[in-house]
Amino acid sequence: MNKTALNKSHIELGAKMVNFSNWEMPISYTSLIEEHNAVRNTSGIFDVSHMSIFDFDGGNQIAFFEKIFANDIKKISRVNKAIYGVLLNEEGGILDDLIIYHANDKFRLVSNCSTRDQNRQWYEKHAVEFGVKVIERSDMGILAIQGPEAMSKILAIKEIHAEANNLQSFGCMFDDDRLYAKTGYTGEDGLELIVPNMAINDLWDQALEVGCVPIGLGARDTLRLEAGLNLYGNDMTINNHPYESNLGWTIDMSDESRQFIGKDALLSIDQSKSQKIVGIILRDRGILRSGYEITHEQGKGEVLSGSFSPTLQSSIGLARVDQGYQENGKVFIRNKALNIEFVSPRFIRKVKMQP
Amino acid sequence: MKNIPGDLKFLSSHEWARVESDGTITIGISDHAQDLLGDIVFVELPEVGQTLDAETDAAIVESVKAASDVYSPLSGEVMEVNSLLEDQPEIINSSPYEDGWFYKLTPSDLSELDNLLSPEDYSDVCED
Repeated sequence: MNKTALNKSHIELGAKMVNFSNWEMPISYTSLIEEHNAVRNTSGIFDVSHMSIFDFDGGNQIAFFEKIFANDIKKISRVNKAIYGVLLNEEGGILDDLIIYHANDKFRLVSNCSTRDQNRQWYEKHAVEFGVKVIERSDMGILAIQGPEAMSKILAIKEIHAEANNLQSFGCMFDDDRLYAKTGYTGEDGLELIVPNMAINDLWDQALEVGCVPIGLGARDTLRLEAGLNLYGNDMTINNHPYESNLGWTIDMSDESRQFIGKDALLSIDQSKSQKIVGIILRDRGILRSGYEITHEQGKGEVLSGSFSPTLQSSIGLARVDQGYQENGKVFIRNKALNIEFVSPRFIRKVKMQP
Repeated sequence: MKNIPGDLKFLSSHEWARVESDGTITIGISDHAQDLLGDIVFVELPEVGQTLDAETDAAIVESVKAASDVYSPLSGEVMEVNSLLEDQPEIINSSPYEDGWFYKLTPSDLSELDNLLSPEDYSDVCED
């Protein structure tokens, strides 16, 4: 099994380790709920070094990303910023979701763990015509420090460049080969630090010393669910297009001359008939889980992600449903029909969905 | 592993049974099970009066991460359920052998006790 550079630290902290896409990763250190609440109330640190990291060298990198990435790289190609979006196949199916960072005229890309080999082959295949070299950075890892106190804790780490404090949402900067970015997967303030493995243990230890709480992948999942952020493999797969995955906003066709992979397939989709991902809150006792069936007045659907929300103290989920839903529906749990409410997936803001 | 009370008998699937002085059986899940599950957030208990068969579904316990079936160590009729668990399922995490019990039943066949594991044998199962 693969191990991150911090594997020994996790075990010394008493983490429960699990096999996550063939990586031995901490699922929790103490209690998932306590870890979740630490990120919502103070600050937590995550080792997410299992994610795949790619750099690029030479050639026409902008043209390369314009072709393979459904969001438009030109939004960030002149600024030090990150952009979220999807890789599509020719049929418009989602190969992966990812973030591309741009700073100091360099691009760095972070995508999922389970799609590493598929993506590397995809990048390499399409990079050829643009003369771009794809470099997988398996010598690097990622720390995410997140929470309302994250920025003050990060700045207390002496090695971190003070300019990191000036980063705005989705802003990023290089400090030598280290990339600091105001991105995350929790809905909280904070940074992701994409740094060489050689430096990561020292940064981790310093972060713990200044009071960041170590957080496992279990709480990472409940935090991202409360923030309404999709998980690739759960909420969308290669069999889904972006419009039925709440990701229509990441499809940028404003430059009509841009031909990206999957564009023609997307243009043939009737969005008014597509299913949608919606947030659901269980109004009866129980816990929503992936795979449960849903009905509403005008259609049906299925729970994609479901769990207990430590913040809302009830069960929440993401579901893909037929259009025409109003406020309420039913979910079937062990042959019982229970009441659900349809809401915006951004649970921690509790914004009501427009009918 | 924490000390297991000596008067308990176990299924290898982590349920315990205790014979009370009035002849009823109290049933719950082990400390090892609650530790594996993590924070418990929901329990679905059997109905009072329901008849259960040994080693078949009796309850559901759900942690943040996953749902698990709970099997009845013995056959019998459910006399009482621990209604405290409805609002405070986390008691199972903090007190799996005492306050976190699931249900009590009147056993229909006490010889089934012989099929259950002693605390020592159950400990060995957990370490495998």
